[in-house]
Amino acid sequence: MNDEQKKPDPSTLEKKAAALALNFFYGQKQALKNINLPIYDRKVTALIGPSGCGKSTFLRCFNRMHDLYPGTRYEGQIRLYPDDVNLLDKAVDPIEVRMRLSMVFQKPNPFPKSIFENVAYGLRIRGEKRRSVLMDKVEEALKNAALWNEVKDRLDELATTLSGGQQQRLCIARSLASEPELLLFDEPTSALDPIATASIEELIHQLREKITILIVTHNMQQAARVSDFTAYMYLGDLIEFGWTDDVFFRPKEKQTEDYITGRFG
Amino acid sequence: MSQAPIAGRLAYRRSRHIREQIIEWLLLSSALVAVATTVGIVFILVKESLVFFGQVSIIDFLTDSQWTPLFSDPHFGIWVLLSGTLTSSAIALCVAIPVGTTLAIYLSEFASARVRETAKPILELLAGIPTIVFGYFALFFVTPLLKIIYPELPGFNLLSAGLVMGVMIVPYISSISEDAMRAVPMSLREGAYAMGATRLQVALNVVVPAAFSGLAAAYILGISRAVGETMIVAVAAGMQPNLTFNPTDQAATITAYIVQVAKGDLPHGSVGYQTIFAAGLTLFLLTLVFNLMGYFLRKRFREEY
Repeated sequence: MNDEQKKPDPSTLEKKAAALALNFFYGQKQALKNINLPIYDRKVTALIGPSGCGKSTFLRCFNRMHDLYPGTRYEGQIRLYPDDVNLLDKAVDPIEVRMRLSMVFQKPNPFPKSIFENVAYGLRIRGEKRRSVLMDKVEEALKNAALWNEVKDRLDELATTLSGGQQQRLCIARSLASEPELLLFDEPTSALDPIATASIEELIHQLREKITILIVTHNMQQAARVSDFTAYMYLGDLIEFGWTDDVFFRPKEKQTEDYITGRFG
Repeated sequence: MSQAPIAGRLAYRRSRHIREQIIEWLLLSSALVAVATTVGIVFILVKESLVFFGQVSIIDFLTDSQWTPLFSDPHFGIWVLLSGTLTSSAIALCVAIPVGTTLAIYLSEFASARVRETAKPILELLAGIPTIVFGYFALFFVTPLLKIIYPELPGFNLLSAGLVMGVMIVPYISSISEDAMRAVPMSLREGAYAMGATRLQVALNVVVPAAFSGLAAAYILGISRAVGETMIVAVAAGMQPNLTFNPTDQAATITAYIVQVAKGDLPHGSVGYQTIFAAGLTLFLLTLVFNLMGYFLRKRFREEY
């Protein structure tokens, strides 16, 4: 980032999670090959690479989304700190994982419920029933997602009445309401116009003060704008990882440089 | 520039356009067959009913508590038949809506592909059983079974007819509901799973509300099937017109009455014969109301993704 004059050695930073020798398979097809990647606490890590490079697949390992589909298989580990447990362990309940790691998807996917109930959903399925608690948390989440002022008078309207950009911020609010430790963004702006995109990026900037973020993006400028660290992936391999400005301005690998300068991809 | 003659390969090809027009007419006429049939049926129903209402006042038709078209002192109170139709349909729906919806949720959200591919053809088979078979199943199997619990139950009763009718309607409701639920985009389910929802929570909180317009359509179709069902009630509920909402009574429904008259005891043109048109019109209006309700429900709860 431009505002950071002195970049500390990453090894001195606290880790929130780390992929260790992670392999992933769709049936016989190997989609991730021996990925080793640290995710630093309260930093934004961007995953870039051409379509089909495995960046979304990698992201979806963190909250065990692949468990929903038959024929998928993980090998290796994703360790979550400070617990220091392997999220991919059979003894780990994916539902518990998903309660601590939230995800925002490519296309806004609000539930067919009111704006209020969308944001309250995570709390409701955790058994929270007290209206006053729900109200407070929903307000806080909507404020953190920079949506409160636009929706505070229409909380009971269906979420589908919002615009695309508002819907995506609603989905972010929904993820924030349950106070996740790690926020996973899967190309969150690819279905949005430039103005809505700018507001989401601004939001990511604010959120990284409080929360660790892992973001998959197709848009290299976006990665450069929002992230502290960048990982470049290609065909299931992690090619390069480092501080974002190092990856963009002083890439160590020829492949990364070719992709970033637009000679490829 | 002077007008050059149009080159051969750009010339207007009459034969192609005529062929297109013929196809258009063929398609239109097959659509017209369905529309014309409906219009024809409504026309006959209304025309013959007008003859009936020329002899019997509409007030009597709606308020009389007896239905005795064949007696020397005839009464034409449609509520007597309507009560049988409504009671048997209500029983059927009490079975078909919960069972059909649960089945659809299971098939769409829980069952493995293998279970689903096995269960669906079996359900379709159930939908293909002739209703007369269901009728005798109700009369000779379900009624004796119910008599074990409730010995005073008459041989003909609305309860057993309604229950079996409910079973008959289950595949219609489950199949349409399942289609509606499967049409809910995966991204919506993933959104809920990503929040830490269980499969049941995803199914009930997200998939069912998102598919609600389809479910409403399924229920309306179920209601229409129940109201219009003939053979099961004619066989198992008795033919005795009876103003009752008690499921353990025997009673004739509108459809059962029409079957009885149409079997031919009554001379054409008599008031008794005309009653079947008035009864048919009532039935038609009833299903029309439900279909309109379904239409508005669908519009109101339509979710766009």
